[in-house]
Amino acid sequence: MIWLGIDTANTPISVALVKNGELLIEGTSAMAINHSLRAMPAIEELLERAGLVPADIDAIAVSEGPGSYTGARIGVTIAKTLAWTLGKPLVGVSTLKVLAANALFFNGLVCPIVDARRGNVYAGVYQYDAGKLTEIIEDGHYSLEELIHLLEQHSSPILFVGKDTVMHQQKLIEHLGQRAVLAPLQFNLPRASSLIFVAAQSEPETDVHAFVPEYRRIAEAEANWLKEQVKDNDRG
Amino acid sequence: MTKDSYILGIETSCDETAASVVKNGTEIISNVVASQITSQKRFGGVVPEIASRHHVEQITLVIEEALANAELKPGELDAVAVTEGPGLVGALLIGINAAKAFAFANGLPIIGVHHIAGHIYANQLMQPMEFPLLALVVSGGHTELVIMEGHGSFKLIGETRDDAAGEAYDKVARVLGLPYPGGPQIDKLAAESDGQVVFPRAWLEPGSYDFSFSGLKSSVINYKHNLAQKGEDVNPFHVAAGFQASVVEVLTTKALRAAKEFGVKQVIAAGGVAANKGLRASLEETFKKEEIPFYVPPIALCTDNAAMIAAAGSAMFIDGIRGNLTMNGKPGMLLVSWKQ
Ligand SMILES: [Zn+2]
Repeated sequence: MIWLGIDTANTPISVALVKNGELLIEGTSAMAINHSLRAMPAIEELLERAGLVPADIDAIAVSEGPGSYTGARIGVTIAKTLAWTLGKPLVGVSTLKVLAANALFFNGLVCPIVDARRGNVYAGVYQYDAGKLTEIIEDGHYSLEELIHLLEQHSSPILFVGKDTVMHQQKLIEHLGQRAVLAPLQFNLPRASSLIFVAAQSEPETDVHAFVPEYRRIAEAEANWLKEQVKDNDRG
Repeated sequence: MTKDSYILGIETSCDETAASVVKNGTEIISNVVASQITSQKRFGGVVPEIASRHHVEQITLVIEEALANAELKPGELDAVAVTEGPGLVGALLIGINAAKAFAFANGLPIIGVHHIAGHIYANQLMQPMEFPLLALVVSGGHTELVIMEGHGSFKLIGETRDDAAGEAYDKVARVLGLPYPGGPQIDKLAAESDGQVVFPRAWLEPGSYDFSFSGLKSSVINYKHNLAQKGEDVNPFHVAAGFQASVVEVLTTKALRAAKEFGVKQVIAAGGVAANKGLRASLEETFKKEEIPFYVPPIALCTDNAAMIAAAGSAMFIDGIRGNLTMNGKPGMLLVSWKQ
């Protein structure tokens, strides 16, 4: 059983091959590189170094967002095209859950964070229990205040993961005090091996064609359009 | 005898998700287009983020349908041709990454095609190109006169200095309160009109093959404004007819002058605005009178489609042009010759 994992949903990129539960090769980088240009060459290099060909892949795992709209689309497009044309199962995993899977053995809550600009974050809250990650607070687009408010309802320590945590650490510590734990650098990048670990516990997509990123936010134009509809209805 | 070639074309540069299989560069085996018009209509134009979201939803379905309609397996293809630019970057890279993943998985070469080369090569699906050839490219993003001395050779002799013809149509349609997309609406009103408002023609300096449509657009806006100050409404039929007459006369006159100066054997029209009935009729009549062979593809091959990308890709394939997996969307890609 050979898994290919792809995460291009944010600035970092990570690709990995796992064979029968063993990590063969992984490439992870946090540099702001162009995913549209680099993702396929990275996958090609991975297979070549592992001495494998595309047809050897048995399943594909992809980080489905939230995060960068374009980044998530690149990974999802590549993953669904490969899965469809190779006739192999596809598993989409939350980008936040992939980050949470970096900190499986933390005794408390794990809160992955991806910055969403203007004081907002994409975040979720997970707990590791009996070899699995359980979602405690749903993945979503939150203002930092909203997120802190939600976290204040819990009393356990909270581990923050993700390289964008540093942008918000001051406020997190201010409100949550000693309960806020910041993950060290090696846990802050998404790892395609973690992605595959979670994917292997999940159900594959039933319709590969219909698979799209989890944006967790409607497009701005659509939000404005919906607002207009409500206004028109009020007038009418 | 050489073996037949089958090229899969993929096009996602704007708001159509399209895939097609073309045989030997000239014969359409399948041609699938998923349009987003009903979704984009809400916004009065193409919203890039919405376009990109739709492309991800449609891309593998459209490719699968193109292969199924062609009754071909991926392994029976010779190459994958995909629009590399110009266009909306977020939209382009869906087609490009799908093309790269598909080509890689099936061990096929990949070829990056210029969108306008595609529009021009749509004609190759109807009749063989004969050189030297003049192409009038008119679309939402382009208004260009291109001379081709042979396959893969493009010399730009004129282009728009401001708005593209299709852009001017959309803007004037908005002024008239017509729904998106505006081009076909104006064409329809113009055809039904019993008169016209006379608007200026932008000829630019003598001898120039360039175009300018922003002045014409301003004239329409001023005309409406002046009537409004007098408390009168515009007659949309007369405005549409007058606007279209100005655009069509300038395009036709410059194309004819270029055809004569360069002694071309063939004149072709290409691009979404080449679907405009008023423009087609004017070009057909003019070149018929001058006895210069003129061709314009059927409307489905004028608007964005992937058969045209496969057709251009086939010509590049024959010339040994190959891309690689580092291909990326080029929103401002220039039309350059792949062969002199
Ligand atoms: Zn076009």
